[in-house]
Amino acid sequence: MRKTCLDMVYEIARKDDRVVFIGSDLGVATLNQFKEEMPDRFFMEGISEANVIGMAAGLALEGRIVYVNTIASFLTRRCFEQVALDLCLHNLNVRLIGNGGGLVYAPLGPTHEAIEDIAIFRALPGMTIIAPADADEMCRVIPLTVDYPGPVYIRLGKGGDPIVTNDLLPFVIGKGMIMHEGDDALVVTTGIMLKTALDSARILATENINVTVLHMPTIKPLDKACVLEFTARIPVIVTLEEHTIIGGLGSAVMEIIGEANFTEPKRCKRLGIPDVFPDKYGSQAGLLAYYKLTANDLTKTIKQLRSL
Amino acid sequence: MMTSPISIKTPPTNTTPLDKRSRQFRIQMVKMLEAARRGHMASAFSLVEIIRVLYDDILRYDPKDPHWISRDRCILSKGHGALALYVLLAEKGFFPEAELWHYCKENGILGGHPEYGKVPGVEASTGSLGHGLSIGIGFALNARYLKSDHRTFVIVGDGECNEGAIWEAALAASKHKLSNLTVIVDHNKQQSYATTYEVLDLEPFAAKWRAFGFSVREADGHNVEELRGVLAKVPFDSSKPSVLICHTIKGKGVSFMENNLEWHHKNYPTASEIKALIAELERE
Repeated sequence: MRKTCLDMVYEIARKDDRVVFIGSDLGVATLNQFKEEMPDRFFMEGISEANVIGMAAGLALEGRIVYVNTIASFLTRRCFEQVALDLCLHNLNVRLIGNGGGLVYAPLGPTHEAIEDIAIFRALPGMTIIAPADADEMCRVIPLTVDYPGPVYIRLGKGGDPIVTNDLLPFVIGKGMIMHEGDDALVVTTGIMLKTALDSARILATENINVTVLHMPTIKPLDKACVLEFTARIPVIVTLEEHTIIGGLGSAVMEIIGEANFTEPKRCKRLGIPDVFPDKYGSQAGLLAYYKLTANDLTKTIKQLRSL
Repeated sequence: MMTSPISIKTPPTNTTPLDKRSRQFRIQMVKMLEAARRGHMASAFSLVEIIRVLYDDILRYDPKDPHWISRDRCILSKGHGALALYVLLAEKGFFPEAELWHYCKENGILGGHPEYGKVPGVEASTGSLGHGLSIGIGFALNARYLKSDHRTFVIVGDGECNEGAIWEAALAASKHKLSNLTVIVDHNKQQSYATTYEVLDLEPFAAKWRAFGFSVREADGHNVEELRGVLAKVPFDSSKPSVLICHTIKGKGVSFMENNLEWHHKNYPTASEIKALIAELERE
């Protein structure tokens, strides 16, 4: 997903000379072709996130469209004030591409895991947050970000994530996508967890339990109309995300439901990472299993809620 | 040319007399603060001559077209010095002088810190310290990309140089050899709690900037002629960013405010204090 994303940035930069790239201290040879062909629009600025964001703001104030790439946890934690003031307060066209959203950096531990990135950026006025499900979707997203107004955070997965999206559904920033339909339960998800939700929906379908899977690649602004349409008529609602249960997609969906004043009772559950710093290493898949974020866990949760 | 002291245990002094114009700006600022009951007067007083010289003699701009592409960009990174910026921008016609009397009011555009998009002539919203220099680097890089000869000036405070982001930015400005970027430090040697020497010593200050790859000059920050002369010479080195360290006095122009830390956050001067301030500033 990361390679696809950066390849797309190169492609849009070739077509549009407003596009500028800034990296921190990325892997050797990253975007070499970009650097060779467009050296005056390629910057590798070192481990100095605060300065990188300020620089991006200055370039964007001058009319550039700036793509910034570094590790997601550094983009969200280290330079939060620069993102809030330099980018969001000025409402600038800077796109923050965060490597390793969620538990991708499981072997590297909690300093590198980005498990509250969505919550952090959701609180910022004007910030758009996008978590594509796979590389194909990333290909559809990046060209749309060129002329999209204001700052955008793009959360990257690990790379090599299974392809679960297709281009039959047009990607529109701010719109949810119905990936599976059924009236017995609703799963609202984002990013790579879409695959987990679809796997669970298929398992449940074999047991004649029909699930709607809503993919919300744009977490902010969240497609409220879409959430309301399905939550209004489906009694069992589960949110699934590779993120702390505080402040992310689950919170955003429950905020909408909480103020919807449905007359029918709802049975809800947020599935995500509990309010802890992960205490184990291993792999992304291993930690997802550890925090009960697999298709089987989701299946079990839906069944439990239905039996209440 | 003054040289930077190795350390100062006693308050800095500056006997440069202020002309009528400089004193009038300060009187205007006192009256704005009196009406608003909010603002960093002493921090703005140390800046007046720097901003005055920039807008009188150095910067290229058109107040009727504040977004003119070829203008020089100037960022007041120490945003709490906004009072000084506002009186100059008003005088130059970026907005009507009547706006000064809405300072910090609900119906005004002039806040305690300057905001981009609200105040014509303000290039970036500042207030939280340590942001302006990196934004200025973005401006300077873009000017280079456009092959435009417009320049970028960033005014920082010495207390602001406590921020790590300033030094990240200094590394970057030097790496890119941004000779179209000039940093002006309002070096009044006082911050909120105590002197810069006591809170977080910056010395050897000029040597630090030099070590970070800047071409460094120092000047009396209240001497209009000296500032005019030295700022007319930027860039000091055609292959480096420039920094001008301006030796200033916090509260310059009023004997009982100069170097008096009580005035850093003084939002509610009494009527008699206001009277005394204006009386001293009106004295020839």
